[in-house]
Amino acid sequence: MSGRSKIARKSTWVDMTAFVDVSFLILTFFILATKFKPEEPVEVKFPSSVSADEFPEVDAFMVTVDKDGRVFVQMDDPNARRTIAQNLSETRNLGLTEQDIKSFTNAPSIGVPFANFKSLLAMPPDKQKEVHQPGIPVPDSTGGELYFWIRDAKSTYAGKKINWLIKADNETRYPVIKNVLEAFKRNDINKFQLITKFQDAPVGTALWQTRQGVPAK
Amino acid sequence: MAQIEDSGGGGKKGPGVKKAKKLSTQVDMTPMVDLGFLLITFFIFSTTMSQPTTMSLIMPKDTENEEEQSKVKASGAFTVLLGKADGVYFYEGEDASALQASDFKKIRDEIIRKKKSTDPKDFVVVIKPNEESNYQNMVAILDEMTINEVKKFALVTISPQENELLKATETANGIQ
Repeated sequence: MSGRSKIARKSTWVDMTAFVDVSFLILTFFILATKFKPEEPVEVKFPSSVSADEFPEVDAFMVTVDKDGRVFVQMDDPNARRTIAQNLSETRNLGLTEQDIKSFTNAPSIGVPFANFKSLLAMPPDKQKEVHQPGIPVPDSTGGELYFWIRDAKSTYAGKKINWLIKADNETRYPVIKNVLEAFKRNDINKFQLITKFQDAPVGTALWQTRQGVPAK
Repeated sequence: MAQIEDSGGGGKKGPGVKKAKKLSTQVDMTPMVDLGFLLITFFIFSTTMSQPTTMSLIMPKDTENEEEQSKVKASGAFTVLLGKADGVYFYEGEDASALQASDFKKIRDEIIRKKKSTDPKDFVVVIKPNEESNYQNMVAILDEMTINEVKKFALVTISPQENELLKATETANGIQ
């Protein structure tokens, strides 16, 4: 600096080290607290709705449909996955080995016809992720192969309350959805939950009034 | 900002000892704190904002009481048809030829109007999506049921005649 200033400058130098320690501690907490979403083979953009029902995390059988109409199936409980693989192996004559069943319990979700099921499971996990799964065939209102998946899921969870979830993309054509609903209907399941994003009730409508606590007219 | 201060040569300690200039380094930590808080804010938002919710859908049982199904007066029925390109069409009662075009914003007013002018016992909304509508349309209409507190509604298959009428209205309105 050229020349000395005549006025004595008081320096306000704060030691920031403590701040850094605290901020990294909080950061570590949040990093560890983030639950990683289970890997999904497809990106699905689902619609929003005013419904605020909670997303059930346990005992859930989720059917995911992407915009091209590919149907995938996901279950959160590894034991249930194991049982369903064993049941399907018997009823559909898939001939799954112990190794295949183990691979299935670790797979996040499945979207292949029964014919390709065994060959998909035979691949190592990282190869499995790369495969472009064609989806479970649900070609018509008999529900296709999805009917058998649901039927087995019902018997796997025998008696316990299952949450049937449907997650579909905004652009999925209605016929595919109808066939998925038919697969459920043929299994005598009439109550499901559609996965949506939350959106507030529009102001002034009947629902908005109820939520505000104003008695509806 | 960071600076290196020269604290000047120390006094002579003894013979043979060179003057050791002590240099102290001060690093200004303020930018690191800013970064830290930025990352925290990012993680806060990414964990709390991504909660999906669910919407219950209850479908009626198929067979069972045939009498129960047709008890609803035809005049209390409000039918909504869904077509391609987010098209919404509706008609009241049984007369499908009086099909009117609408959109997702205006349909709410129509539902409210019909709801007000009908006996709650008889008011039912019948939703019929055709094969060119998409999932988002279906969920949006079901959402309208919740928003307007319509207690009775049904999701059914569109009949071929209605589908013809819908397609005719689409071409008449110039929708590709």
